Amino acid sequence: MNRLDDIPALRAEFPQLARRIHGKPLVYFDNANTAQKPQLVIDAVSDYYRLHNANVARAVHTLGEEATTLYEATRDKLARFVGARSREEVVFTRGTTEAVNLVAYSFLRPTLKPGDEILVSRMEHHANIVPWQLVAAETGAKVVPAPITASGELDVEGTVALMNPRTRLVGLVHVSNALGTVNPVAEIIAAAKARGIATLIDGSQAVPHFRVDVAALDCDFYVLTGHKLFAPTGTGALIARRALLDAMPPFMGGGEMIRKVSFEGTTFNDPPHKFEPGTPNIAGFIGLGAAIDWLQAIGMDAIAAREARLRDAMRAALAAVDGLRLVGDARARAAVFSFVVEGAHAHDLATLLDHDGIAVRSGHHCAHPTMQFFGVPATARASLAFYNTEDEIAVFIDALAKARRMLA
Amino acid sequence: MSEPMALDPIQQEIADEFGFFGDWSERYQYLIDLGRKLPLFPDEWRTEANRLHGCQSMVWVVAEGNAERLVFHAISDSSIVSGLIALTLRVYSGRSAAEILATEPRFIDAIGLGKHLSVTRSNGLSALIAKIRDTAAQA
Repeated sequence: MNRLDDIPALRAEFPQLARRIHGKPLVYFDNANTAQKPQLVIDAVSDYYRLHNANVARAVHTLGEEATTLYEATRDKLARFVGARSREEVVFTRGTTEAVNLVAYSFLRPTLKPGDEILVSRMEHHANIVPWQLVAAETGAKVVPAPITASGELDVEGTVALMNPRTRLVGLVHVSNALGTVNPVAEIIAAAKARGIATLIDGSQAVPHFRVDVAALDCDFYVLTGHKLFAPTGTGALIARRALLDAMPPFMGGGEMIRKVSFEGTTFNDPPHKFEPGTPNIAGFIGLGAAIDWLQAIGMDAIAAREARLRDAMRAALAAVDGLRLVGDARARAAVFSFVVEGAHAHDLATLLDHDGIAVRSGHHCAHPTMQFFGVPATARASLAFYNTEDEIAVFIDALAKARRMLA
Repeated sequence: MSEPMALDPIQQEIADEFGFFGDWSERYQYLIDLGRKLPLFPDEWRTEANRLHGCQSMVWVVAEGNAERLVFHAISDSSIVSGLIALTLRVYSGRSAAEILATEPRFIDAIGLGKHLSVTRSNGLSALIAKIRDTAAQA
């Protein structure tokens, strides 16, 4: 039997889902912000500190071996989970933001020239805009926004039309955190590749929800974060072609990333360790490995199928709410819904919903350009995961109606 | 300053009004209604210079008068924050700079929403009160 066939039992694996907020059962609809952690992940973190705590890749003693084995096992698990070509292509980072910065500073900046262009969509998270702006400002390159449509879809034709000989990299979010749009990343990667342009895909909101195959996508860089993947914060990865990693200079210097250090000159370790100086978040990555095992046992296809049902139920329920407008209503979308309600500020809605135990995010979702495009200062956002239920959707819709009456 | 003080009459009045309500939704409804009754805030005052930073929602403040009597006008795009503004102005607007500086904002705890207001929203309220007190200190 699949764990998804017994949702109450599955929910019981997530201690925080049992919490009550203001006396009401928690309805956690802020999964795009961060996901809850199953007990197994919490145990993996705590077992590391209780039983195996030692530094990795440095000590020959038993504990050092245990810690290194557990930590490095996550690299294999993650490589398999996202379809990386090899474990050497998986660089551990603190999260998506660090992964994008690594590519911006180590891959792009050394060869970026005045007039070069970095093409990113108008629905990117700030993490896939600002690092490019920083290296562009230092080199005289520019960041060019790729167009999106009124329904929050990528304008594929318009995006491809902007690719030109000066375009050095295309950055695209796989699933938009602000709109829920699932982008046709394979199509954009193919178009960029045909023109010799590097590609970076932000998979933060994709990997928790469906099967991703980085090798099949054939992008140069794929970045992701662990905390949205039911794993501890401070974990993430850059998946990159080995040849690119070999050619890239180190991003940060320190221990573990070197082969030999002398004051006459230092040689560096092979990737991925070349990009992983210092003692990492060992416990966090062991937790990430546990989260991946847990997800694999359920199966990403089963998770995607359940979330598609929740998404359709949520879409239908929101469509029936008077005065509610979806911000972004792409045909291909995840169970992430950004919306505005006539006469009600998003923060007020979120404040009132919180009193009914419902956690939604309100604000700009770290996507100012996206909000500007839709002409709204802020939206409320409900983002679901497989552990959410149709009953919770009903509770949410009732509470939303009540909040709307109060604010009307 | 550390010994407990009685609330001044206006803050006591606010505490009494909120004490009348049974549950959070009634308190919030009252706050939202107070926000709606704020005097009209002209569009031309909604400038970047008048905007208060440190709030998740947009808040604009304009001060008039002198040390003898300072009048504040403020509004937010959030109804709940507008309600908090209405209470704040009831406590501080139309008073002398000396009175403003001598008045601690104790109505926030007294209305029983203190623990319900998110940190960021509370910060917005703190930013408004800081702005009022700064204006008084410089008047």
